[in-house]
Amino acid sequence: MSSNVEVPELGLIGLARFAWRQLTSMRTALILLMMMGIGAIPGSLIPQRTSNPIAVRDFFENRPELARWYDRFSLFDVYSSPWFSAIYILLFISLIGCVLPRTVEHFHAMRAQPPLTPKNLSRMEWYENWEGSNSEIERAAQWFKKNRFRVRREAGSISAEKGYLRETGNLLFHLSLILILVGVSFGSLFGLRGEAIVNVGERFVNVPTSYDSLALGKLTTESDIPPFTIKVDEFVAVYDPKTNMPKDYTAYVTTSNNGVSKSEIMKVNSPLTFGSTRVYLQANGYSPIVTVKNEDGSVAFQGPVTFLPQDGNLRSIGSIKVPDAQVPVGFVSSFLPTYARTANQGGVSIYPELLDPRLLFSVWAGDLGLDSGIPQSVYRIDTTGMTNLGLGSLKIGETFNYPGGSITLEKVVPWINLQIVDDRGKGFALIGGVAAILGLLASLYGRRRRIWVRVTGAQVEVAGLSKNNAPGLEEEVKSLTTYMRG
Amino acid sequence: MNTTWAYISNYCIYSAMAIFALSFLSHAFETAWAVRAPQNSDTTDGTLLVRTLDYKRTERAARIATALMALGALLLLGGIVARGISNGHVPWGNMYEFSITGAFAFTAAYLAALRKYDLRWLGLFISFGVLLTLGTAITLLYRDSAPLVPALKSTWLVIHVSTAIICGGIFLLANIIAGAYLFLERYENAGARPVWALRIPSLDLLDQLSYRLIAFVFPLWTFSVIAGAIWAESAWGRYWGWDPKETWAFITWVAYAAYLHARVTVGWRGRRAAWLCIFAGSTFLFNYVYVNVWGTGKHTYSGLDQ
Repeated sequence: MSSNVEVPELGLIGLARFAWRQLTSMRTALILLMMMGIGAIPGSLIPQRTSNPIAVRDFFENRPELARWYDRFSLFDVYSSPWFSAIYILLFISLIGCVLPRTVEHFHAMRAQPPLTPKNLSRMEWYENWEGSNSEIERAAQWFKKNRFRVRREAGSISAEKGYLRETGNLLFHLSLILILVGVSFGSLFGLRGEAIVNVGERFVNVPTSYDSLALGKLTTESDIPPFTIKVDEFVAVYDPKTNMPKDYTAYVTTSNNGVSKSEIMKVNSPLTFGSTRVYLQANGYSPIVTVKNEDGSVAFQGPVTFLPQDGNLRSIGSIKVPDAQVPVGFVSSFLPTYARTANQGGVSIYPELLDPRLLFSVWAGDLGLDSGIPQSVYRIDTTGMTNLGLGSLKIGETFNYPGGSITLEKVVPWINLQIVDDRGKGFALIGGVAAILGLLASLYGRRRRIWVRVTGAQVEVAGLSKNNAPGLEEEVKSLTTYMRG
Repeated sequence: MNTTWAYISNYCIYSAMAIFALSFLSHAFETAWAVRAPQNSDTTDGTLLVRTLDYKRTERAARIATALMALGALLLLGGIVARGISNGHVPWGNMYEFSITGAFAFTAAYLAALRKYDLRWLGLFISFGVLLTLGTAITLLYRDSAPLVPALKSTWLVIHVSTAIICGGIFLLANIIAGAYLFLERYENAGARPVWALRIPSLDLLDQLSYRLIAFVFPLWTFSVIAGAIWAESAWGRYWGWDPKETWAFITWVAYAAYLHARVTVGWRGRRAAWLCIFAGSTFLFNYVYVNVWGTGKHTYSGLDQ
């Protein structure tokens, strides 16, 4: 063996080419696909910030050390984590690198003639020969034409091929997957997604400040938000008296868009549409309308306060904060649409409708911490350093007096949570999805096969070959030979 | 809600269980009785005493078993329809209803396949599986018929859930066949099959059969997931949100995609393909049981937490 073996130098381009080949091999694509499947698992077992922020907060409280480790690996945001993104970006680069060259190749193959008739036909999957007259080859040509085979005619032989649909379908399927990803990324770059709680009787104006939460697409600016308004006229919730489960939610709204005003109905499965923006009815709850007065009778606060539902019977919690009263007060409250008392839980709600509404609260005087700069929950009050002024319970119309003021429950209105979504990529994703199914069907059920006919003197030979061992070749060739024999 | 129809539905389901139990017994009888004890007449000198199979004498039992299976399926269908009438909507609102429909889809898939292949050897397992499903449904999962929650009020319920249930039935069938493959392969590697298993088709055919089922069901599963996405868009404002059920539907999809690739492109056959098939099927079962009962998210319609 020679000691100075020439090792080909890879160089930068060579290395890049090597990496590209590795990445775009089908083996790599499959491994990446499996990795994406496995990588999706933790997100279904560990609570996610996007879908269940409360559970994530509880997790941090209960097991802080583990939570910190989870967080280091983005396990609370699996689907937007760097490692998950890396998997699917690599997968789709791999897919593109795998599919695009095959598409070009397939395009050429479809326009090319079938290959030459091989010399030895008797070794094919199906072979038949007989002594015939001269008309067979013409009849074979007719049969191929009728059955839409692509043919190559040579002197004394025909090479025919059919079933390119299989590869077409296969490529269509994989290209559609790419289209779905394009749709998904388009949707995250453009458009918006946000939520807003609107009390019945109030108007939602589609500007950023109206939102409780708003996420704009990376390439969207606030000036792209279309200017429409939605006034919530009425909200009707129907519950099943036997199970207390909701049966129907309907919001009657008046919308105004481009100067056109009209009455519309929103339901859970039928959102409002404004161009590419859709508005969904997502959740509902109650807002007690309260009046808080100072000791001298002047009004310190009046209006609806949104309460957050805690269970199926809409027991809700909330806080009424009146920092501008002469005695700054906060009411740590819960609201019960249908009040009942139990021995171990205290006040509970036993039905989600307003049958016997009750506002329960404790009054706290002192610094509400609104100016401290620490972000606060609208629904909670940190009562450390505050003084308890008493406990109260109000029906509609009742007033509770405490040292330094009074609170009156005027009435209760429902609120609805609007989800406003502008997703301009979903059309692509839908087309991709439909095309993927069509491609799948073609690739799973398409059969690619070749049939040859050769006439040498009086000797007629017919042979057939099917790819992927698809069944049905036998019947097809028999039909051909029967036709050829006339 | 109509109580009379709810009772009719329950009676149908109970009767179906009784019929499936009888079918199970007939299948068991058929399987056992076909084994013929060694007889002196098998050989002239009496040394070659083997047990053989004789299906002629159990043909009647086999026919009765299949007829009972068909009757059970009809009763099940009747129970599902009556449940739907009682509910006033398609009966796919909670896990009890999913389970009885799934049991029906499973039986129907078997009966349909029976028209083309002689699969009666499977009947024993099918009737047992259906009994188990119905038993769990009636004892653990039963809920009174109830109106649908608003999010479920959509045409897509019919499309998305029915296809998902059909897919579930076929996944399960493919899994049983793959399981039979693995079970028999061990015997064949060690020597020969046990006598009662002789009539089960060749390993090759079992392998083909589970592949065919998956090739048939994979586009349907893709459709079911996409139909779900379209529905999610109109109900929840996003077509894909990595909800636990969506995540596991995706995992199942990936697993079956891997199966098809492994088979068609890499050429996996036999044992490895069967294991992959069973793995993919179990992701579906996990999704059905775990996410419905213990999971969180928007797809928890088991109705068990009430």
